[in-house]
Amino acid sequence: MKYVDEFRDPAKARYLLGEINRQIEQIATCQVRPLQLMEVCGGHTHALFKYGIETLLPEAIELVHGPGCPVCVLPMGRVDDCVALAEQGGVIFTTFGDPMRVPGSRKSLAQAKAEGADIRMVYSPLDALKLARQHPEREVVFFGLGFETTIPSTAFTVLQAEREGINNFSVFCNHITIIPTIKAILDSPDMQLDGFLGPGHVSMVIGTRPYGFIAERYHKPVVIAGFEPLDVLQAVAMVLRQIAGGRAEVENQYGRVVPQEGNRAALTALSQVFEVREYFEWRGLGSIDYSGVRLRERYARYDAERRFSLPNLKIADPKACQCGEVLKGILKPRECKVFGTACTPETPLGALMVSSEGACAAYYRFGRLQQQTPAHPQDMMDRT
Amino acid sequence: MNSHQGSRHITLAHGGGGKAMRDLIETLFVRHFHNPWLTPLEDQARIGLGELSPGGNRLAFTTDSFVVDPLFFPGGDIGTLAVNGTVNDLAMSGAQPLYLSCGMILEEGLSITLLEEVVESMGRAADAAGVSIVTGDIKVVPRGAVDKLFINTTGLGVIPEGVHIASHRAQPGDAILVNGFMGDHGAAIVDARGDLALDNPVESDCQPLHGLVAAMLAACPDIHCLRDATRGGVATVLNEFVQAAQVGMRLEEASLPVRETVRGVCEILGLDPLYLANEGKLVAIVPAEAAEAVLAAMRSHPAGREGAIIGEVTAVPEGRVVLATALGGERIVDMLVGEQLPRIC
Repeated sequence: MKYVDEFRDPAKARYLLGEINRQIEQIATCQVRPLQLMEVCGGHTHALFKYGIETLLPEAIELVHGPGCPVCVLPMGRVDDCVALAEQGGVIFTTFGDPMRVPGSRKSLAQAKAEGADIRMVYSPLDALKLARQHPEREVVFFGLGFETTIPSTAFTVLQAEREGINNFSVFCNHITIIPTIKAILDSPDMQLDGFLGPGHVSMVIGTRPYGFIAERYHKPVVIAGFEPLDVLQAVAMVLRQIAGGRAEVENQYGRVVPQEGNRAALTALSQVFEVREYFEWRGLGSIDYSGVRLRERYARYDAERRFSLPNLKIADPKACQCGEVLKGILKPRECKVFGTACTPETPLGALMVSSEGACAAYYRFGRLQQQTPAHPQDMMDRT
Repeated sequence: MNSHQGSRHITLAHGGGGKAMRDLIETLFVRHFHNPWLTPLEDQARIGLGELSPGGNRLAFTTDSFVVDPLFFPGGDIGTLAVNGTVNDLAMSGAQPLYLSCGMILEEGLSITLLEEVVESMGRAADAAGVSIVTGDIKVVPRGAVDKLFINTTGLGVIPEGVHIASHRAQPGDAILVNGFMGDHGAAIVDARGDLALDNPVESDCQPLHGLVAAMLAACPDIHCLRDATRGGVATVLNEFVQAAQVGMRLEEASLPVRETVRGVCEILGLDPLYLANEGKLVAIVPAEAAEAVLAAMRSHPAGREGAIIGEVTAVPEGRVVLATALGGERIVDMLVGEQLPRIC
């Protein structure tokens, strides 16, 4: 397939793996402990496991699966708000597919749908707006979720709704931004990351400049990476080359998609419609200042939080879950107390087990080759 | 359609057991399913045992229900699915499919023209597969109680002597084969729902497979396992095999046949073709020494032109399917959890 197969060429992958091994030999730290590289984006986690890249990398590299899956960091209280919205009479609640099974404190959206709530999966916020046009007698709420990758499309949709004078459409905004989150991880006292694979899709919107502080203030290399296997391998090699050379810079491996200055039209729409929230709660990470956005006053009529009464409760994560430690790279998924036993993709306790981009779900689905038998015999029986 | 009391839509009267129902059965079902077992319109089809016994020494008996949205899609419709799905469930035992029943649940208000298209399509699919729809039933439920039209088909076939296909028979060393491109049906349904607007729409692979199975059995009467890879796709079938036989499996990513357009759909939506539904694809586990002969037999049959050996059965890891990626890495191909959902970014 043109523009895809070129980035999955086994011969080029072998060359890059050779390059990675050559760089590793140059880095003294590797003799003491494995190098910890964080791939910020859930898309990278997915690619690493889907193509078996983790099994190809030398043991001197430990990949830490970062907070870049927006579904995984959605706090339970916000899921409860979604369910409450969906269960209001007259509402059509629209969402992307992957939040459907994220557990709330009482139920997930999938369970609410089974119980009769009108919840519909859409591929774009524009699909939700289309539903609002088709059902003027109903209130259509779009579950706005995701980093800067998806915020502009929500912004364009709100602007479109305003242009058309559509009044039965609103956004339940859970959009978050990546930079404050990386900063929170870097400020964590137990952090020992050596470098970052920067998120490709987010950077397509924000460009490469916002990552400058990671290199300048924290002296960690950052390489913005694409999502094909060769992208990821090349980005790893580039991070290692920086470490081996004693450099800490922001480099752009994904130059075919990511412009240095980002996407001006997307950024303009984003800032026109949204403003930063002072606090936003993340599952497993607690509240991170200035990490979320909400609709500006001018677009209040499209803001589901202002339009509907919501429980808006803060629900603590289940005690047994160690999602936060996994997100910060302190624990590997299989080191969590409940991984593969009480917490499985069929019965997720923590959000990281829900989405295909979640580190735990990826480990569970793809990454258990070391285990010769199923993680939990009872679990396998349940699935037959 | 004048015989339906002037109505062009299904009413509750069509399920009431009276004249409207009788008219519907005679003008639609008997006409399109025409055969000597159905035409007397008794409450049951009567089949002579002597007609069955020359074909083998065991009956194969199966049932399945069909619900699909939309009812019509490129390459088929709910009617062809209802016939071929049950024919294929029989064929996966090595049986020659012979007779089907047809139960329909209709929504009040359904267009009779649409119903006739489905029934006609079932008649054509049955003729093409060489089976007869010999008995049936219709129920009409109030508007909203079903989505337009649901079909149940039950099938009866005869298994030849000496054929013993069972999912627990997979053994280390056996070869794993599929008869062609994976995921065409799943991609066709996604496309038919209008979400993608592809330039080159994918057609469903809906087709009967018993002719192909007969050709494969002629090449190797000792086929160990067969299953049609419908919902859950090839990955789910293989996981069922490894658990039943307590073996492992190793697939080669580079050998998996996937149509370019289907790969494209999967790339766009974050889906995996190994899990996409098929309606005319089977997975076969055969002794290694027979693999090439079975593959040749597959490829010489119209339903298996793109057949491929995709991997082998291994002793370990027991109960797991492992994919060797084209890059040289490995990953587990697990049972599907829930349904495949598109990723947000």
